[in-house]
Amino acid sequence: MGPRKIASWLSIALVVLSIFSLTFKGLNAGLDFTGGTLIEIKMSQSANLEEIREVLGSKLEDDFQVSYFGSEQDVLIKIPGGSENNLSDEIVSALKNSFEFDLRRKDFIGPQIGEELRDQGGLGILAAMLVMMVYIMFRFQFKFAIGALLALIHDVLIVLGIFSIFYIGFNLTVLAAVLAVIGYSLNDTIVVSDRIRENYRRKRKSDNVDVINRSLNQMLGRTLITSLTTLLVLFALLILGGDFIQNFAIALICGVIVGTYSSIYVLCNNLILMNLNFEDLAIKKSETYDDGMP
Amino acid sequence: MLRFQLWKIVIILFVITIGITYALPNFYPPSPAVQITLDSSLGKISPNIAKRIEQLATETEISFSSNLSEELDGYESILFKSENYQDQIKLKEYLEQNLEREFVIALNLAPNTPAWLSDIQASPMKLGLDLRGGVHFLMEVDSELLISTRLESYLADIKRKLREERIGISRSEIVDNRIIFSTRTDATDQLDDYLKSNIDLEYRKQDNNQFIVEYNEQGLDDLIDYAVSQNLVTLRNRVNELGISEPVVVRQGKNRISVQLPGVQDTAEAKKIIGKTANLEFRLEAESNSLLSRTDQFDFSGQRVRLLKQVIITGDKVADASVGYDESGFPQVNISLDGEGGTKMHRSTRNNVGRKMAVIFVERKIRTSNSSDEIESYFDKRIISLATIQSALANQFRITGLDSPNAASELALLLRAGALAAPMNFVEEGTVGPSLGADNIRVGVQSLVLGLSLVLMFMIFYYKVFGIIANIAVALNIVLISAIMSILSATLTLPGIAGIVLTIGMAVDANVLIFSRIKEELKNRLKPLDAINAGYDRAYITIVDANLTTLIVALILYTIGTGPVQGFAITLSVGILTSMFTAILVTRFLVWLIYRNRKHLETLWI
Repeated sequence: MGPRKIASWLSIALVVLSIFSLTFKGLNAGLDFTGGTLIEIKMSQSANLEEIREVLGSKLEDDFQVSYFGSEQDVLIKIPGGSENNLSDEIVSALKNSFEFDLRRKDFIGPQIGEELRDQGGLGILAAMLVMMVYIMFRFQFKFAIGALLALIHDVLIVLGIFSIFYIGFNLTVLAAVLAVIGYSLNDTIVVSDRIRENYRRKRKSDNVDVINRSLNQMLGRTLITSLTTLLVLFALLILGGDFIQNFAIALICGVIVGTYSSIYVLCNNLILMNLNFEDLAIKKSETYDDGMP
Repeated sequence: MLRFQLWKIVIILFVITIGITYALPNFYPPSPAVQITLDSSLGKISPNIAKRIEQLATETEISFSSNLSEELDGYESILFKSENYQDQIKLKEYLEQNLEREFVIALNLAPNTPAWLSDIQASPMKLGLDLRGGVHFLMEVDSELLISTRLESYLADIKRKLREERIGISRSEIVDNRIIFSTRTDATDQLDDYLKSNIDLEYRKQDNNQFIVEYNEQGLDDLIDYAVSQNLVTLRNRVNELGISEPVVVRQGKNRISVQLPGVQDTAEAKKIIGKTANLEFRLEAESNSLLSRTDQFDFSGQRVRLLKQVIITGDKVADASVGYDESGFPQVNISLDGEGGTKMHRSTRNNVGRKMAVIFVERKIRTSNSSDEIESYFDKRIISLATIQSALANQFRITGLDSPNAASELALLLRAGALAAPMNFVEEGTVGPSLGADNIRVGVQSLVLGLSLVLMFMIFYYKVFGIIANIAVALNIVLISAIMSILSATLTLPGIAGIVLTIGMAVDANVLIFSRIKEELKNRLKPLDAINAGYDRAYITIVDANLTTLIVALILYTIGTGPVQGFAITLSVGILTSMFTAILVTRFLVWLIYRNRKHLETLWI
C-alpha cells in the first residue's frame, strides 16, 4: 500500500489517456457494430490480391478492402455499408468464375442491426455496473459500492482505451469479454472487501489505513494466484483460439491485469479517501447473515 | 474431527452419476447423413428399391454406412451416414441428380448415441453454426410497408362500400400512415355517421371537414404481431421445403425472425426460397368503360394491358399448388384455394366468363435511392399469366402459359409454401463454411486442453495434495457443464467453448480462496483439521458473493446478446453454478475422504 500515491496518479493518467483516445481516435468497430459485408475465402493456392481486387472492382465501388488473413491463401474481403443484401452472393459467384476457393465465412450485417448492437452494448455495460453497485450496497455498504463502481469504470475505460490506442478490432465477442471483465474485476473487489469487513469487525480500534493494508496483504496471495490461473487459460485461448477468439482473449487478459491492479489500489484508495470506518461496518440488528465468526 | 453429513454425500454421488451419464453421449457425436424418404403418400421404400439406391450411392466412391438390413420388409427412410460434411453434400447432390422425383432427399444428422443412453433422453450437445457450418439469416418485417399496404386495401374497401351507400367523397389519400377523407359540406354528416358506425380502426373527424382513419397503437402492435407470427409459419414451411435437418426458425424480438440452417452452404439458393417475398394477385382485366383511376397499366408480352386495381384474391389464399402439364405438353400450375378464396374467386368470375383474368407476380425488391443513400423498397409487379376465364372458377383451377417447367415448379413451390403476410428484409446474414466449422472445433478443443493442463499443473505445483483435489473438482466441473448443456439442449458455440475455458481458470478461484484461508489459519496456529474446517466455513460466503456477481453479469450478457454472445453467457453461467458445487462441496468431500480417520494430523500437504 506504500506506493499508493504513485498508483493514484498512474490510474488517473491511464484513464485520461483512454478517454482521450476513445474521444479522438475511437474504437476500431467491427462489422457487428458498423454493418457491412465480410467474406473470408481460402484459395487453393497463394492468392494474388490484385487479381481479386480487379474482379471485385467490376462489381463494387472503391470502398472495399482485400487483405491476407493468416496465410497467403486466406483472403479477407471487407465491404462497409452494404445496403443490398444480395451483394455478397453476387461477389462470391463473381469470384467463383475466376478463382478456385473454399468459402470459409460470409457475413452481412444490416446498418440498423449495427446501430442496435452499439446501443445494446453500451446499455449492457451500464446495466452491469449499476446492478453491481446495487448488489454491493445491499451486501456491504455504500462506500464500498462507490469504491467498486469507480474501480469498474476504471477497468472498463482502460480496457476500451487499450483497444482504441492500439486500434484492435472491437466486435460483439470483445464486448462480451469487456462485460466478463466487469464480473471478474468485481469478483476480486468483493473478495478484498469481504476481508476488510471481517478485519474491521474483529479489531475495531485500529486505524483504517492499517486495516485495509492488512486485509490487502492477506488477500494478495489469493488475488495473484487466481489472476495467474485465469491468465494461464486466457493465454491458451490467445495462442490457440484462432482469429475469432484472439481479440476476445486480449480484452480479457487486459481486463484481468487491470482488474487485479484496481482491486488492490483503486478500491482501497477510494475507501481511504472516503474515510471508511468501523461504524460503517458495525453489524446492525437487521442483518441476518452470519460471517462465520465464533 | 472432520465432519461431513450423509445427505451431502448422497447428493454428491447422485449429481456425479447423473452428470457422467448425461455427459457420455458427447463421446458419440452424430454423423452427417443423407436421408431418403418417399413422398408422403407413397408409403415405405421396398427393400429392392433400397438396395438399388444404395448401389447408386456406392457409385460416388464416397464411403458411407447405411441403415439397410436383411430382415426389414420396407423402410420409412433410408439413412446414409458419411464421414464428413463435404461427403454428405456430394452424396446428396449425386442422389438428387440421379434419383426419381418421388424421393425426398434431405441432409440430416444421424445420432450415434447408444440405445441405453437415448432411452433416458441423453443426447449430445448441439453445435452452433460456427462449429458445424451453416447459414443464418435475420429477417425483419417492414412495418412501414405493411401498414401502408394494409391501409391501401382498407381504403379501397371503404370506397367501394361508400359507393354502394351512395355517399360522395371529394378526396381520399393516405398520408403518414393515416387515411384522410374530405367531402363536400352537405355530405359531411352522412359520411361522419357512416364512418362512425362502420370503421373498426381509430376514427376522428377534424374541423376542416377532414375525416381521419388510422391504426391506434394497439392496432399497430397487433398488426405487426399477426404478420410476424404468420410469417413464422410461412418461413417454417419454406425452410422445410429445403430439406435440411434441425433448422431453427424462431421469432426474435417484436418484428424479427431468425432462421438458422445448419449444413447449408449455398446461401443464394436458400435465400431465394426463404426470402422471396413473392406474392400473387389475381385481378380482372379492365373493361373499356372502366375509370382510369381504378386501373393499373402493365406490359405483358409486348402489349399494354389494363387491369382493375381491385384484387380478387392474393397468394395467401392458396392452399396447394403443384406442377402439371396441359394437353399440349406445356407446363402449368394447378392451384387449390382455401374456402374463403374459393368463394371470392367464384363470386368474381361467375359473371365474367369470357373476360380475361391476370395473375400478377409481386416481388419485393430493394434499391438504393438515386437522390440519397437511403435504402428503399418497392414492389416489382409483373403479369405472369393472362388468360381468358373459361368458366366460373372456384377452389380448383390452373394457371397455364408459363415460360418453362422450371418457372412452373418454382412458382408452385412458392405458392405451396405460402405467401408472406408482410414483406421482410434481410437485416443480417452469416455463412460459416464447413471447413471453418471444423477448424473452430479443433482450436476450441486445443485451447481447452492446453488451458486445462496449465491450470492443473499449476495447482499441483502450488497446493500439492489439495491441488490434486482441486483438479478432480475442475475435471468434474467440465463433465457437469457438458451434462447440463446436453440436458438443457443448449447450443455450444466457439465463444461458448471460450466460456468453458474461462470458467476453468475462474473455477479454481473458489479453491484458491479456501486453500489460502486454510494456510492462513495454519499460520494462526490452528490445528490442521480445525484449519480445514475454518477455511471452508469462512471462505464460503466470500465465494458465494464473488460468484453471484459474475452470474449476474452472465445473465445481463444473455439478455442483451445474440447468438455467439449468448453461447458465451450460457456456458459461463452454467460453469459458475457447477464450479460452486464442485469447488465447495466436492473438494470438501474429497478432503473428508482423505483425512476423516486421522485424529492427530500434524502437517497438511498444502
